[in-house]
This record gives sequence, C-alpha cells and structure tokens, in this order.
Amino acid sequence: MSTFAWVTQLLYVLSASCFVLGLHQMNNPATARRGNQVSTTGMVTAIAVTLAIVIHSGAISATGWAVMIAGALVGSAIGLYSARTVQMTAMPQLVSMFNAVGGGAAALVAIHDYIRLADTGAGVATSTTVTTLLDVIIGSVTFSGSLIAAGKLQGVITSSPVTFPGARVVNLLLAAVVLGTGGFLIATTSLPGLLVVVLASLAFGISMVMPIGGADMPVVISLLNAFTGTAVAMAGFVIGNWALIIAGALVGASGGILTKLMADAMNRSIRNIIVGGFGTGDTAVAAAGGSGSIQSVAADDAAIQLAYASKVIIVPGYGLAAAQAQHEVAALADMLESRGVDVSYAIHPVAGRMPGHMNVLLAEANVPYPQLKEMDDVNPEFARTDVALVIGANDVTNPAARRAGTAISGMPILDVDQAKSIIVIKRSMGHGYAGIDNELYTDPKTSMYFADAKTALADLAAAVKTLVG
Amino acid sequence: MTSALLVDLTIFVLSLWVGFEVISKVPATLHTPLMSAANSIHGIVLAGAMLIAVTADNAVGYVLAFVAAAFAAANVVGGYAVTGRMLKMFKRRPAAPAAGGGQAAGSASAAPSASAVESNGGGRRG
Repeated sequence: MSTFAWVTQLLYVLSASCFVLGLHQMNNPATARRGNQVSTTGMVTAIAVTLAIVIHSGAISATGWAVMIAGALVGSAIGLYSARTVQMTAMPQLVSMFNAVGGGAAALVAIHDYIRLADTGAGVATSTTVTTLLDVIIGSVTFSGSLIAAGKLQGVITSSPVTFPGARVVNLLLAAVVLGTGGFLIATTSLPGLLVVVLASLAFGISMVMPIGGADMPVVISLLNAFTGTAVAMAGFVIGNWALIIAGALVGASGGILTKLMADAMNRSIRNIIVGGFGTGDTAVAAAGGSGSIQSVAADDAAIQLAYASKVIIVPGYGLAAAQAQHEVAALADMLESRGVDVSYAIHPVAGRMPGHMNVLLAEANVPYPQLKEMDDVNPEFARTDVALVIGANDVTNPAARRAGTAISGMPILDVDQAKSIIVIKRSMGHGYAGIDNELYTDPKTSMYFADAKTALADLAAAVKTLVG
Repeated sequence: MTSALLVDLTIFVLSLWVGFEVISKVPATLHTPLMSAANSIHGIVLAGAMLIAVTADNAVGYVLAFVAAAFAAANVVGGYAVTGRMLKMFKRRPAAPAAGGGQAAGSASAAPSASAVESNGGGRRG
C-alpha cells in the first residue's frame, strides 16, 4: 500500500469519526450546532480526499472533469437555494427530496460501475453483482418512493391512500420481476437485465408509497431515510470505499430508529403501514354514544382562565401547523409568562408530519427549547396543571386509548385529561385520523373553543391584554 | 467470499451498532434536525459520484456521472445548510426577550448567537 493510499484512508477514517461525533453532539440542543459543524468538517475532508484521489489517479478525462464540476455546481446551487428558502412547514418535503436524490445518486454509482465492468467482457464477480443489485434496487425504490412522498406532502399528489383493485397483485408481480431478474443477473452479466431491475424497482417504489395515507408520512419518511442510508452503504461496497459504508450505515441506523419510534407512537406495526392503506374508515364503527354534553367557551372566559392560572401546558397538534399558528401561540405564551404563569409545551412524537417537526415549528417562533417537553417527561406534570390548552390535537389526547377495544387502544397519549381544566381549540367536532369520538371533549372539565387556531390564538391574546393586561 | 468483502461487512455491521447507540440518545426535540443531519451525511455519496467520473469514457457514462454528481451535491450542500438553519433556531432563551415573540431574533447576527452559545455552555455545566 502506497503512502498516498495510507494517508487517504486515514483521512477517510477521520471524516467518518467526525460524522459519529457530530451525531453524538446532537444529543443536546446546546451542542447540536457544533455537532453539525463537526459533521460538515468531516464531509469537507472526505470530499477533499476524494478530489485528491481523482487527481492522483491521473485517469480522468477533460470531459470527465467538466461533467463532474458542472454536476456538482448545478446540484450545490439547487441544494443551497432550497435549503435557504424552504418554509419550516415544508421541511418534510425537502427531507424527502434529499432522500430521493441521495438514493438516486447511490443507484447511479452502482449502475455506472456495472456498465464499466460489463464492458470489459471479463464478467462480474458474484459478490459485486449482489451488492450492485442491492444498491440499485434499494436506491431506485427510494428515489421514486421519496418523490411520491414529497408530492403527497406538498399536496401535488392526493394525500389520501390511493388503492385500486389488484394493487397487491401488481406489487407482488413487481417484486417477483425484481427478484427473478436479480437471480438471472447473478448467473449472467446482462445490461438489459439491469435495466429491467431499475425500472421494476422504480415502479415498486411508486406502488409502495401511493397507498399510504398522509397521517402515516412520519413513518414513511423515516423508512425511506433508512433506505437511502443502506443504498449509500451498498454503493460503498460496490466501489470499495469505507467512508460510504460507514456513513451509509449510520444513516441506516438513524432512519431505522426513527421509523420504529414513529410506528410505536402511532401504535402500528411498520408492516401494517406498508401493507395496508390506513384511514380507510373501516374503524369508524357506530360512534359509541356521545354520552356527555359539550361545553363551549368564548375568548373572554378562556383568557381569564389562562391569565389566572399558575401552570399552563400547551398541547400543539397538526392543526396548529396546518393553520401556521406557531407565531400566535408563542405570542400568547409570552404574554402569559410575563404575568408569571409557568408555560410549557407537551409534544407528542407524531405531532407534525415528520419526527420532531412540531419542535422545529415552535423553535422558529422563538419558543425556548427547555419549554418543549417530550411525552414521557410531561405526562406526570398534567396533574399539577391548572389549564391544558389543546390546539388542533385530537387522537393523541383521547383517553379511549387507555381502554381495550377502541381503534386507538394502546396508543401512547398525552394525559391531558389529568389537568384541572382543559380548553380545546378546534374548528369542529370532526374526527381525527382514527375516525373515533374523542372522550376528552365531553369531559366535564373540558371547554371547547370552536375556531381556526390562528384566529382563536390571536383573539385569546387580545382578550388577555384587554382584560388583565 | 473475498477477505475484502468480509472487511467491508465488518465495518458495515459495526457502524450500524455505533449508529444505533449514538442516535438512540438524541432527544425527540431534535429528531427533525437529526434526520436532516443524517440526510447530509449520506451526501457522502458525492465521493462515489466523483470516482465514477474518473472511469467514464462514453456518453452514457458522462450522463450518469453528471446526474449522480448533481444529485449528490444537492443532497450534501442542501442537507448541511438546512440543518444549520434549523439548529440556529433552537435557543435556550429568545435573543430578544419579551416584545411578544416577535421576529427580532430571526435576524440574529453574530453577537446574540454567540451569547446564546455561551449561556448554553453554562447551562450544560450547571
């Protein structure tokens, strides 16, 4: 091994270490920014080393240089522009797009390598074929699947599950084509065969994500993230580059953990989400008698309750994000805090459209992160809370989850019903994704405030100001 | 099975375990930036895209190399930029207190963010 090879390998190890350290520093909001800088340093090192390898090899043609630099510049410009301009509410779409291009690039690396090996006519080693196939299949599925997911999140494609008769047969057929052609490729080197694998995998990605409903998007994005990581690791196997293998494995692990956390928070198995389109309404069996009556409340009364409370917990749900009301809620919370009210936010793991989404939306509205509390930490606090203010959250507050035999039985929920009083801001008595009545709304301690989240919060803040300001 | 493949597999499996260990300690508050950070890390595929440009010698090869480089560069540059942008918003206390949570801190320049880092460090020791 030459000195040059030694140095480059050691630098790759250094950059891989930076990735691990960077991820490690994300265990605390106070160090997370430094973590991102450490990770960036690792990435710059890895790219610089690769550039040195490219130059040192001396094999690259002028056209090769032009193509590489032009591609990198175009990609960087697009990436930087979208990163700078994206709305925080649109973050899931952007992450999904990055998954798509990452998976796509990984697949292209393997495809190119396969074509090159096939051209030499010497045949391709079985181990290379297997890793190439894994890379191409996972990468292509991620590419098309992530594009569909981004389209659904952006509203370009309907977010409701798209199914058609025989959809499952089509999926099985595509899987059979991929596996069958893959087996054939292990026996013989064939470019048309590889093309079939690519096309069938792309089709499979589409047919996998289309039937999945909007409510399940946090799981789907996490899963596709894990796929991208795995595809990149496989690309590392194909071209024999450890930096790609390590980085890909780290991302695969991260995506895997988040997928599991999201699925648990929704009380559903990953298989169940992928196999069956959810939210089809078959769980909405005869709403178990709207037993209690509903009390509604006006802005003035709600404002007085909040202003004279000593502890308030705000429970934001997707309705808050949809109404883009994070700035209004932060303004109301600031006003209450300045009166000496202890304010915090209880955030359910699936409160947004991707893991942790709600925290980012609130951070954008200048909510200090120590006020953002995770479900397990905040649940014991509800019993000591004077007013729980629920904004556009539904199923995750439904006490029915604690009983057996309901559509959400066993789902982890926020113990909002333990608070001394509850105010729910909601547009109507409509159901959440699970399609069942929320028993919290008929609780005698609960007052319903029927309005759009943004208007309601602005009105509440105004009322607090005029009444007690 | 070649020994090179065995080494690659070992590295892959151990990295997976390191990943599980490190990432399971990230709080839910930071899960979106975490996913975005993971996203930028898989932008390392840019290294792969650069290496295929070396062996490209025909039109198909050049097109593949171009698209792969563009995809990977968008991934890595965009990923790091947006992660940094998100993490910048996480503050222990808003840079401009009171004033009803206005946009003042949105334009946080060098001075307030530096003080935020300082107070964060203090909080960690405390």
